[in-house]
Amino acid sequence: MQTEGEYDLSTGAGLTACPRCDALHVERELEPGETARCLRCNTLLASPRAGAFTRIIALSFASLVLMVGAVFFPFLEISRMGFGNQTSLFGVALAFSHGALMPLTVAVLGMIVGLPVLRALLLVYTLLPLARKRRPFAHAVPAFRLSEALRPWSMAEIFVIGTAIALVKVGGLANISFGPAFWAFCGLILVNAASNAFTSAATIWDAIEDAGMATDGREIVPEPRA
Amino acid sequence: MSAPAQDAPVLTAHRAGLVGCRSCGRAWPEAETTCRRCGSALVPPDRRCLNAVWAWLAAGFIFYIPANLFPMLKTSTFGGLRGNSESTILGGVVELMHYGNYGIAAVIFAASVMVPVGKFVAIAWLALVAGRPATVRAAHKRLALYEVVEFIGRWSMIDVFVVAILSALVQLGFVASIHPGPAAVSFALSVAFTMLSAQSFDPRLIWRGLPLRSRKDHE
Repeated sequence: MQTEGEYDLSTGAGLTACPRCDALHVERELEPGETARCLRCNTLLASPRAGAFTRIIALSFASLVLMVGAVFFPFLEISRMGFGNQTSLFGVALAFSHGALMPLTVAVLGMIVGLPVLRALLLVYTLLPLARKRRPFAHAVPAFRLSEALRPWSMAEIFVIGTAIALVKVGGLANISFGPAFWAFCGLILVNAASNAFTSAATIWDAIEDAGMATDGREIVPEPRA
Repeated sequence: MSAPAQDAPVLTAHRAGLVGCRSCGRAWPEAETTCRRCGSALVPPDRRCLNAVWAWLAAGFIFYIPANLFPMLKTSTFGGLRGNSESTILGGVVELMHYGNYGIAAVIFAASVMVPVGKFVAIAWLALVAGRPATVRAAHKRLALYEVVEFIGRWSMIDVFVVAILSALVQLGFVASIHPGPAAVSFALSVAFTMLSAQSFDPRLIWRGLPLRSRKDHE
């Protein structure tokens, strides 16, 4: 076990290296609301927020509910001269389902539906015991690592902006109306943005460690506060 | 975090004979290969990662060529009576300008031509100058450039989504219909490979070889 402020340059205990510039920092337990930035390159190192875990769990559940709506309700409707067409989110992905474009269907579905859902589930799995101050579930470490690795590939917000551009392009050609799925998707973007704002990877790694995972005897135990 | 003195020099993990985990930040002795906290691989900040950067970048560039040569969208209006048109990325931009939609034309041109080409140039430049001695000011600029490339990379996928939405939506039988072209796939692959290239680049290389002067020297 490690006391706060003590470090060992030969084993690296009690030290944190900036992921962007490799500068070493002495590790310290942060109060909720404090922000740690790298001394050299100013990269955000950690920013614990009070009640963040509970909020991320709540926001993840909200995003799952919204995603169900976004997938099953009609997304957009178009009509011109008596001809009409309606599409759902699946319809959009299936646009590529002809011949050689088939793999793109899978990729698009994954990026706009699969990965956001998977990330929400992984975050709930990792944080549920931590928010209740219990031991993390088995495999919480690879679960959270996977969730972080998938972050750049989850592109729901890009898809919504893409919808806006597509609408402007067809705007002159036909009348378009939004279905409930479109609004569900817009809500999803806001929920995901809020969830990302509360997520501080370094803080979650610390919490997983403090809660009894990967005990190498190096976790810092905060002094009891008066 | 807590500092011994405000003007003491910064020590890097590499100089201290340690290796920092890029995923969770923990520092380990140089001999370790896996972070025992988060389980990700520990990689020393050396030029080895540049091989992967160049390989992904080349793949991304190769797929960017057919993305521009083949049609992105195939449009047919009034059962082909008003003509079938196949538009490439640049062709689509020219068409939009022809109809007077200069704003949209600018957005599409920026997202599907300027951003991808800019990314190729930026990553190639970062990889070329990586590990060479730089001033602290230059290092800050390079890191900012890297962060821009990393942030903007995913947004190029917007073009693929626009094609998907248009082809799913505009299926009005005789009146008008839009189908995706083969360029959509190669554009998506190009974007994905460029993202992988940016992810393989180790930003710690930017700071290698910098003199470890005062921690305040970036101000």
